Amino acid sequence: MNTSASCVAALRGVCKRYGRVEALRGIDLDVRPGELLAALGPNGAGKSTSIALLLGLIRPDAGRVELFGMDPQRIEARRRIGVMLQSAVLPPTLRVRELLRLTASYYANPRSLADSATLAGIEDLLERPYGKLSGGQQRRVQFALALCGRPRLLFLDEPTVGMDIEARQRLWSAMRALVDEGCAVVLTTHYLEEAEALADRVSVMARGRVIHEGTVDDLRARVDVRRIRCVTALTCEQVRAWPQVSDAQLHEGRLQIATVDAEDVVRRLLSADADLAQLEVQRAGLAEAFTELTRDAEAAHAETEREVA
Amino acid sequence: MNMSTTSTFPQTDGVMTPRRVAGAYLAEIRSECLRYLRNPGFMLPLMLFPAVFYLMFGVLMNHGHADAARYLLASYGVFGVMGPGLFGFGASLALERDGGLLTLKRALPMPPGAYLLGKMAMAMVVSGLVMVLMLLLGVFAAHVPLSGAQILGLLALGVFGVLPFCALGMFVGTLIKGQGAPGLLNLVYLPMAFLSGLWFPLSAMPSWLAAIAPVWPSYHLNIIAQRVVGLSDAPVLAHVWILLGVAVGLLWLASRRLRRHG
Repeated sequence: MNTSASCVAALRGVCKRYGRVEALRGIDLDVRPGELLAALGPNGAGKSTSIALLLGLIRPDAGRVELFGMDPQRIEARRRIGVMLQSAVLPPTLRVRELLRLTASYYANPRSLADSATLAGIEDLLERPYGKLSGGQQRRVQFALALCGRPRLLFLDEPTVGMDIEARQRLWSAMRALVDEGCAVVLTTHYLEEAEALADRVSVMARGRVIHEGTVDDLRARVDVRRIRCVTALTCEQVRAWPQVSDAQLHEGRLQIATVDAEDVVRRLLSADADLAQLEVQRAGLAEAFTELTRDAEAAHAETEREVA
Repeated sequence: MNMSTTSTFPQTDGVMTPRRVAGAYLAEIRSECLRYLRNPGFMLPLMLFPAVFYLMFGVLMNHGHADAARYLLASYGVFGVMGPGLFGFGASLALERDGGLLTLKRALPMPPGAYLLGKMAMAMVVSGLVMVLMLLLGVFAAHVPLSGAQILGLLALGVFGVLPFCALGMFVGTLIKGQGAPGLLNLVYLPMAFLSGLWFPLSAMPSWLAAIAPVWPSYHLNIIAQRVVGLSDAPVLAHVWILLGVAVGLLWLASRRLRRHG
C-alpha cells in the first residue's frame, strides 16, 4: 500500500548517528497526502533528526529519504513545503509584511499576503517590526511564513510553545483549515492534547525507533488503563495494596486510582466505603497511553543493555 | 468568495518562471539591505569610526599638510570599506548560524546563493555610503581638491573593494558562532588596519612591520586607493589580482566549511 508514490514524504530504513550517539536506528516513516501526522516521543527520541532529514538539512548514514519522491535537497521538492522550526531568530528590524513578502517570493504560486495573514491571525501585526512582537506573536508570524507558499506539506516543530490558550486554539483551527485544503502536516509536539485534538495518525518514537504507529484511538486502545476518581475515607496505602490497582494517589481531596479492571475495583470500593461519593470512571487519555508505551520501550532497552553486559 | 475547490493544487508547483526566480533574488537583496540600514547598532559604528578618525587626524590635527589630508582620505576610506564586509558578513553569519535563521533559510526553497548574494549587496551598499560620507568630509571639511574621475574612482573602490573583506568576514563567521564573533572580528579589523598603514603611513613604522604589510588585503586596497587620489603612480593591476584571489580563496574555504558544518 505504502509505495513511495502515494507518500508526500518518506523515511526508509534510515539510520543516523552523531559521533557515538545513535539518533535513528532504522526508521520507517510515511506521510500521506492530506493527513496530519503527529510525531511524539520524549526528548532525544529522534523526532528533530527525522525532520531535519526530511528537510534535507542533514544526510542519512543509511537508508533513503524522499520528499515528493525526490531528494529533499532538490529545490523543486522544497518549493512544495512550508516550515516552522522550533527556534529561529528572524531579523528584528524587518516588518511582518516584509518578512511575508520575502518568504512568499521563494515559492511558485504563493498565497496573497492578506490570505496568509488572515489564516495565521496576524492581520493587525503586518506593519510592526518583528523584534517588537511578543513571543506568542512571533510564533504566529512564523506560522504565517510556513503557510504563505501554499505548501502541500507543512512541517511544524513544536508550533504552540509559548502561546496562550486562545492563540493555541486559533492555530489549531488554522491547521484544520489547511488539512481541509488537502495540505499534509507533520507536527511534533510535547502537548499530547494537541496530538489528540488534531492528528489523523500518531507516530510514537523512542530511542531512535518508531515504537507505535496508528490512529489516536489505536494508541489509546493499546493501553487498557482506566482512571477512577472518588471522595473516600479509604487511604492511598489501603487501595494501593489491592491486586488490580496499578497506582493510587490523593489529589485535591480525591483519591485517583489507575487500574486495568475498573469494574472490579469500583465494586470493591463501594463495599469497603459506604459513604464513598463523587465517583468517576474515565478511559485513559493519550497521555497515559504514551507514558505506558515509552516506559515499555525504556524497560526493553534496559533489558537488552543487561543482556549485553 | 472561495474560488478554489478543496485539495486542488496547481500542477505547476515546484516549477518557477525565471522571472519569479529573479524576483526572489531581488527580494532577498532588498530585505537584507533594509534590515541593516534600519539597525543603528550596525550602521553607526561603521560610519562613525572612519569619519571621526579622519576628522581628528586628517582635519583637526593636520596643520595645513594638503598631502596628508589626501593620503588619509584614501586610507581612512579603505578603513571604512573594511567594516561593512567584515561585520556585515562575519558577525551576521555567526549570529544567524547560532540563532537558527540560516537553518530555516536552508530548509526553505530560497534560490541557491541568494543568502550570500543578499549580504554581499548589502555590504556593497553600506560600503558605498561610508565612502560618500568620507568624500563629503574630504571635500568640504578637509578641502582636498578632487577631480570628477577621482571621486568616481573612490566610489567604485568603496562599492567593489568591500568584496575581499566580505569573504574574510564570511570565513571568520564560519569559525565562530554567536555573540563572540564581533569581538574576534575587531581583533582582525583594528590591527589589520593599523598594520597596513591606514592610520599612519608605513614609512612611520618599524621596518619589520612595514615589511610584512603585504600579507594584509587592506594593504593592497590602500595602494589602489592612493593611486586613485593621485598620490602614487605605481601599477595597481597586480594588487587587483591579489585582492580578487583573496576574495575567491576565502569564499571557497568558507563555503566548504558551511557545507560541512552548517
